[in-house]
Amino acid sequence: MSFTILGTGSAHPKYVLTNDKLSEFLDTSDEWITTRTGIKTRYISTDETLCGLATSASRHALEAAGVGAGELDLILVSTLQGDCLTPSLSCMLQRELGAQCPAFDINAACSGFLYALQTAAAFLDSGRAETVLVCAAEMMSKQVDWTDRATCVLFGDGAGSVVLKKGSGLRAMRLTARGDDRDLLVIGSHSGNNPFAQVQYPAPWLSMAGGEVFRFAVTSMVHDIRTVLEQSGLTAKEIKYVVPHQANLRILKAAAERLKLDEGQVVTGLERYGNTSSASIPLVLDELARDGRLSRGDILVFSAFGGGLTTGACVIEY
Amino acid sequence: MTTLEKVSAIIAEAKDLDAQDITAESTFEDLGLDSLDTVDLIMNFEDEFGVTLEMSEDLKTVGDVVELIDSLRE
Repeated sequence: MSFTILGTGSAHPKYVLTNDKLSEFLDTSDEWITTRTGIKTRYISTDETLCGLATSASRHALEAAGVGAGELDLILVSTLQGDCLTPSLSCMLQRELGAQCPAFDINAACSGFLYALQTAAAFLDSGRAETVLVCAAEMMSKQVDWTDRATCVLFGDGAGSVVLKKGSGLRAMRLTARGDDRDLLVIGSHSGNNPFAQVQYPAPWLSMAGGEVFRFAVTSMVHDIRTVLEQSGLTAKEIKYVVPHQANLRILKAAAERLKLDEGQVVTGLERYGNTSSASIPLVLDELARDGRLSRGDILVFSAFGGGLTTGACVIEY
Repeated sequence: MTTLEKVSAIIAEAKDLDAQDITAESTFEDLGLDSLDTVDLIMNFEDEFGVTLEMSEDLKTVGDVVELIDSLRE
């Protein structure tokens, strides 16, 4: 069914923002952030553009896959917001790579990489594409309120890409959406200057009901992973790595406990990246691949949860 | 086992505390638990007692939680 991952790539801004540096302009501390989230540093954009990060990650993935940009049949980019509303980030990436195929963006917040993989699978299954580039790129530093110590410390910037070829690696996939009617996780947007507008839009940065989101995250991660394991006829023991969305170490620990996963099975990168929304899974996946920790045939589980509210999980035979 | 004993045992187990030190009057703050610990425990209580617990600012002590669980199980 569907696809095989041919190659992975990732990129992040060069500036490393430490917890100590954050304490210089926010009422917080390394100890507070570390014990509550597990995050030590994150990469924050200075002179980088999101298109630049997406391009760099995707070039690495194409190189690892041994695929030329001209061979791509489709480019999918998962992002909350590209550098512009139009052109889409995927079209900007297509131009930078010198590809000629169709390209469009997908926004399912932190679950976007899973939504993009499922979309790619549909194109590959139906014979509408043979080779697909999926990139997840996020500039969370643009989306947070840098005066809100409860949220801005959690996020970082980055991009991760995978090149997919028709194959049989996708063993099970589950996506969910449940329209958020309680404003648990909201990022407003620019509201223009329409002189006739009478609507008050949410503020153009992230706000989150931490406790409720924590509960939603743990509950959905446990349920989604159990479901895809069942669909693929596998047990938790047979998983080589769970690569979860990197939001908060406490979420991952709470979910891993309930799923009876060993610590070594759950891969984390949030200590160094913070929460990079949909980019977090392919960023960590690329580290695994480049460190030589992945072998062909390994069973991987991805699991994500985020704004929308959306969730997704899949089982992939690498 | 009373609800209080069960709740205390779950907190003690999850957070590596001595169940003897947990009373109905203990606040989550007294026990050194932050907001995410509290949410984590509430999910454990839901599994154990088969109830759905709404998050609320009013749940400050172990006794508050016991009272809520008992009211839902009646």
